[in-house]
Amino acid sequence: MSASHTTNSGEPRVVITGMGWVTPLGFDLATVWKRMMAGDCGVSKIDRFEAGTFPTTFAAQIRDFDFTKYVDDPSVHANAGFNIQYALGAARQAWTQACLGNATHLNTRRVGLYLGAGEGVLDFPNYARANLAGWDEATQKVDGRKWAEAALQCMNPMLEVEQEANMPLSHLAREFGICGPAYNCLTACAASTQAVGEAVDILRRGEADVMLSGGTHTMLHVLGVTGFNRLTALSRRNDDMMHASRPFDRTRDGFVMGEGSGMVILETLDHAAARGATPLAEVLGYGSTADAFRITDMQPEGRGPAEAIRAALRQAGIDPHATHAPPDGRPHIQYISAHGTGTKENDSIETKAVKAVFGDNAKNIPMSSIKSMMGHLIAAAGAVELITCVLAIQNQMLPPTINLREPDPDLDLDYVPNTARAAVVDTCLSNSFGFGGQNDTLIVRGME
Amino acid sequence: MSVIRIPRRRVVITGLGPISAFGVGIEPLWNAMIAGKTAIKTITSMDASGFPCSAGAQLPADAFDVRSVVPKSYRKATKVMARDIELAVGAADAAVRDAKLITKAINPDVEPTIPASRFGCHIGAGLIAAEVDELTAALASSRPESFQRSAISSRPSTDSRQPIANSLSPCPIDLAHWGSAGMQNLTPLWLLKYLPNMLACHVTIIHDCRGPSNTITCAEASCALSVGESVRVIQRNAADACLSGGAECKLNTMGILRQTFSRRLAPTNGSDGSTIVKPFDAHATGSVLGEGGGIIVVEAFDTALARGATLYAEITGFAATQSFCPDTVGLELDPDDESLGDAMDMAMRNAGVKPEEIDAIAPFGSGIPNIDQAEIAAIKRVFGPRAADIPIITTIPNTGNCCAGVGAITLAVAAKAMHAQMLPARLNTTNAQGLCANAAPAKAAPLRNILVTSTGIGGQNVAIVLRRVGS
Repeated sequence: MSASHTTNSGEPRVVITGMGWVTPLGFDLATVWKRMMAGDCGVSKIDRFEAGTFPTTFAAQIRDFDFTKYVDDPSVHANAGFNIQYALGAARQAWTQACLGNATHLNTRRVGLYLGAGEGVLDFPNYARANLAGWDEATQKVDGRKWAEAALQCMNPMLEVEQEANMPLSHLAREFGICGPAYNCLTACAASTQAVGEAVDILRRGEADVMLSGGTHTMLHVLGVTGFNRLTALSRRNDDMMHASRPFDRTRDGFVMGEGSGMVILETLDHAAARGATPLAEVLGYGSTADAFRITDMQPEGRGPAEAIRAALRQAGIDPHATHAPPDGRPHIQYISAHGTGTKENDSIETKAVKAVFGDNAKNIPMSSIKSMMGHLIAAAGAVELITCVLAIQNQMLPPTINLREPDPDLDLDYVPNTARAAVVDTCLSNSFGFGGQNDTLIVRGME
Repeated sequence: MSVIRIPRRRVVITGLGPISAFGVGIEPLWNAMIAGKTAIKTITSMDASGFPCSAGAQLPADAFDVRSVVPKSYRKATKVMARDIELAVGAADAAVRDAKLITKAINPDVEPTIPASRFGCHIGAGLIAAEVDELTAALASSRPESFQRSAISSRPSTDSRQPIANSLSPCPIDLAHWGSAGMQNLTPLWLLKYLPNMLACHVTIIHDCRGPSNTITCAEASCALSVGESVRVIQRNAADACLSGGAECKLNTMGILRQTFSRRLAPTNGSDGSTIVKPFDAHATGSVLGEGGGIIVVEAFDTALARGATLYAEITGFAATQSFCPDTVGLELDPDDESLGDAMDMAMRNAGVKPEEIDAIAPFGSGIPNIDQAEIAAIKRVFGPRAADIPIITTIPNTGNCCAGVGAITLAVAAKAMHAQMLPARLNTTNAQGLCANAAPAKAAPLRNILVTSTGIGGQNVAIVLRRVGS
């Protein structure tokens, strides 16, 4: 193993060799990137169920996605829910870009999976039917026997089996013949960032040569939208939905739900080189912390996010206060893909955390939120944002935070407002913070 | 299969916090395992008589009150804990006490044993079902009149495996009413009761664990994968100790329904179910659900040694694999699939032990016929003729299958067995197929290396090698 194929600590370097996504802005890298560069918005009225009277009636919904184009035999995945369909679409793109379909002698025992995938979509009408069948108004309880009789009759067995959050794993393993280590984590909005970070660790330890990693999720169903509405976490700008997701704006009033999947192929640089694959970027650093504060609120000073960012920088060997020698003068991180949900709390605390870590450099590091354009993909958000970082490096362009019309006097970083921007960028940082206080940060660098 | 061996931090188990139908902590569980008791009986927390399997292993209400294991200042938060979360919180309390760790919850006024930033947490979870009475009370307020008269539309009774409905079937709830009024009947924090990461979130808040924290959701493989991740986190020096394990309660309407649809439960046929789980028996008919799981304290050997901790066992080997599932979900298994055996093989190589050095095996051992067969085939392939002689440790006939929590019970029993140099009793199986798994009383045994394995629905497999410290 040549020295350039290992990190300073002697572990194998890990690179991204394939990427793919299915998002509210489109189903391939080029289309979505183009739309992000144009500042397009993927929001529309929810029409997957009757949501017209909900406090929030809109979301960034995926329409007309046909997963059958992405799999060898669609009948194998006949019971796949939306979460699994999106995952299959994104994973196929990544697999193809990494040329793994043509890889001869790929040892599938050395190919693993680490996803941050969400659960399936509940069959709400039949679930409600069973609940009402068992309901006893007098006791305000559900009669188990009546419930069982109704549910055994009306619910679809295979749809129910497919609900567990590890089922996307099983479908991807089946589709691509993967039999190495397989994990699914579900740390709310941080899940797929954490999945990629842990997948990288597995590769660095030599437990696999290739990892398919990323996330997939949809909560655009009755109880999912209900749950977020009750938490009052969502924007309620029903009359101005195209401008509702406005991270870092003074008038931001909550996030906008999205759905979709992002997948990457990670492999050791050695393995990529041996099979002649083209590395797109290197994963340099990963940091993961818990707030250990409250299930409902972030720690007000951004303690957990700041520590996650610091841990990722340490692993990457990057000093947040240093800059490149003049005349370059840039900080060593040149773009931050913000968690940037558009809630009052997140955007303010994320800003504090970035300033705490980067000090004087913070104002010179552009930080934008693509959630302004495609909504919040929940468990899948982190992977999609990581891919965005790699595309930013490839294209030397930064995606904007759209709908940022009224700057918040307390939020004084460069959020790349409204318009995409050309930039010299080689190293990016991506943040994801989950409900309940799970914080994860990744750092990627372009190949020299 | 190349195995790279880089000298890494040694990792040990210093605390056991199982929670099971026998109670909270290792003592009630171990006593029952030695005495050969089962907690499986007819489910009483709900009327389960409408399901083919009406038995389960429930933790009695008088044996566990979550309010008693959280600091006074945190009692309010117990209102937003689903049963699964309560179980994890109870298990974590038992684990830190067993490990003699001072945490913020044990004593907020002194320095914690493990600094907050060096304390990680990896807790496996399942798909948490919404509490059905609470949700239905809210839904019932949005029934259109027509549905109040005929609660269920009549449908032909057919084979339950055949799909007879789809998401296009009319919704019995008036969603217009639900959106504008009905949903207000749910408490604002309703969603937070059911997010799987809330097990770890509450535990990290209670014990102030600010290191890496994750929630693995891989069904019955969740705990073992969580422990593997804790080991990795400690070895990459991102933490010194982790609370690791998982918990789940599927003893509710949706939990039992989905297990029924997954063909994993043994029909009770009018019995109380106490003897129907027969792992590896030629006449096995399925499993029975339990509620519980556990938290294990996984700690760096250096810090454990320095503080004079109890060293139950060293975790010397770990490997994970994925089975090929012809049906994508793992109800069907490919008889030629070698992934489970591969995990065993790799974990032993990772530990640097040979198959002949394994003194006992603690597999999933569920009594689900095709999973039993897969485990038997893997053990035979890896251990050859010795397969019939290596004592098997089973727990599911005693505690039921705690799903995302089952692996922590298995690990806790295996670690305790190693520490006590004692094999627990086995129940029910009389016709074990090629394994040393027939019912037997507890007995003393030299246990230097124990292989613990998990295999979950969906096809994730894990093998862990435990070594006696000092052996």
